[in-house]
Amino acid sequence: MKSLIKILAIAVILVSVSCKKDTAPNYQFMPNMYESVGYETYGEAAFPNGIEAQVPAEGSIPRGFVPFDIENSTAGYDLAKATLKSPLAPAIPLTADISEEERNANEYRVDYEKAGPLYTIYCAICHGVKGDGKGKLVQREKILGIPSYADAGRAINEGSIYHTIYYGKNAMGSYANQLNEEERWQVVAYVLKLKADLEK
Amino acid sequence: MKKSYQNLEVNLTNNMRKVIHRKLSTNFLRLSLVVLLAFTSALSAQEGDPAKGKSLFNANCAACHKLDKKMTGPALRNVEARLAEEEGLDRDWLYAWIRNSAGVIKSGDAYANKIYNEYGGAAMTAFPQLSDEDISNILAYTAAEPPAPPASVPGTEVASQSNASGGISNELILGALAILFILLAAGLYLVNKTLRRFATAQGLDLPESSGRTPLWKTFVQNQFLMIVVSIFFLLASAYFIYGYLSQIGVDQGYQPVQPIHYSHKIHAGDNGIDCKYCHSSARVSKHSGIPSLNVCMNCHKSIYEVAPETATEEYSKEFYDGEIKKLYEAVGWDDAEQKYTGETKPVKWVRIHNLPDFAYFNHSQHVTVAGVECQTCHGPVEEMEVMYQHAPLTMGWCINCHRETKVDVKGNAYYEKIHEELSKKYGVDELTAAQMGGLECGKCHY
Repeated sequence: MKSLIKILAIAVILVSVSCKKDTAPNYQFMPNMYESVGYETYGEAAFPNGIEAQVPAEGSIPRGFVPFDIENSTAGYDLAKATLKSPLAPAIPLTADISEEERNANEYRVDYEKAGPLYTIYCAICHGVKGDGKGKLVQREKILGIPSYADAGRAINEGSIYHTIYYGKNAMGSYANQLNEEERWQVVAYVLKLKADLEK
Repeated sequence: MKKSYQNLEVNLTNNMRKVIHRKLSTNFLRLSLVVLLAFTSALSAQEGDPAKGKSLFNANCAACHKLDKKMTGPALRNVEARLAEEEGLDRDWLYAWIRNSAGVIKSGDAYANKIYNEYGGAAMTAFPQLSDEDISNILAYTAAEPPAPPASVPGTEVASQSNASGGISNELILGALAILFILLAAGLYLVNKTLRRFATAQGLDLPESSGRTPLWKTFVQNQFLMIVVSIFFLLASAYFIYGYLSQIGVDQGYQPVQPIHYSHKIHAGDNGIDCKYCHSSARVSKHSGIPSLNVCMNCHKSIYEVAPETATEEYSKEFYDGEIKKLYEAVGWDDAEQKYTGETKPVKWVRIHNLPDFAYFNHSQHVTVAGVECQTCHGPVEEMEVMYQHAPLTMGWCINCHRETKVDVKGNAYYEKIHEELSKKYGVDELTAAQMGGLECGKCHY
């Protein structure tokens, strides 16, 4: 009888231990040292909607920010395609015979080593590493109908690519919050390079 | 019409088998196809090949059209028949529209302008490269019978059934065993009790405990043993108390339930989406960033349900589809109308990795400057169905990595001189993060 009770007790302990799940955070020694007095990113805050991440006041712009004037519409797309040009200076080929200073003189310059990884992170998952519209999501048939950059019916150019990255187009979303202005233009340059490679 | 198409398919597959069997040239295959098409065209004019149409549809149209669901453009199932019945438009109109929709709109065509305005002036891309045959193939695909619902696929149904029954039967067996065990224990106890009663009734003397001092008393009386045991007991409790105190404030393995069941395994693992696609601010700021829901919608505008093969035993397809619905509700996306309602409600994600306020950590410094893989600290996230904290995030853990990690100083002309001096000072070829000041208190605590 005694051994039975012991066995039961051990079974109960084992069950209670094995069911323990780490769904609650641990204790802290001195929470006032751990937890910030100021609002934490994405935290709760004493604003009307209760969240720290507030939308900036209407009309305010970040320092150094240049508003993008072309609107998000088919007409805007056509306007961008016809008029918008990249502010980045063209890339200097690695073989070019110029000094180090000259090479580093203009920091707003197309840099495929910077643009390539950005393209791989944000675009290649659908558009494919080569820009042929066969990214991993397309191969796995999660998203379909991604056109090749060399598609004749679309005939993309730098203005239309920038407009599409900025606002999205059809099923594609906007990438304006993942890439800043310079990064967007870097990606545009890289897409044009892929397009040229595809059309070879 | 349907019959002839079925005949065609049977003929085709038969023919293809024969071709493969006889190892005939592809030219002959094409010829036979043409012959077949010519043969069946007597019954149904301009019948295309749905299989070819499917690949063309997926490559060219699927970005904006689905067969049974409104997307950027209208649903296209039986589009030709519907247009003919409802609008009286023939295939030539479709040819013109597909090759140059803008031209048709400009020409003042009534239906073209109606559909253009209905879809908010979203212009359809021109497809001048599609031939008549290509378009026939696509139309044949849109006119093909929809595949039978997956429930009627015998293999999967049997599999899922056996899975379900397996789960139930396991629980049943366990329950039955537990009940059996309890019954046995009760039975033994009763038998013991009855036997004792019989014994006393028959006048038998039950063996009583003997008069010897019990074992525990002898043990307590032995001083040496008591000292050894108490020392052992003290050491052991010190060990456990130390262990308990040093894990306070450490959340390794913390795995909260999130408001939307987001599976890193499906997104980062199976589909291979880069961590920085969603956590884009990890490249450029202190915080890794929780993606705003519009980043989810980059893909989930098109992906409104999971594929049947995504479902696992633990999480069904219905469960995952329900989670995507939660996203739509939070972001205010009306899936039927394919537009935002403007009624959003923020998702209250539960933060997992959280350094104390007195420690400073910057993601961009580690991700962009040092080029550390996310997995180094966050563990095999691409295998986590439910996210948890992999590393302890203690100071010892940070310091250890700083001591071991070699810094890549190549191609950093600006700091070349200081790197050389430091290498000379420590007499090493490759500097570690610690040697570059990665152990200074003020780097992380200020």
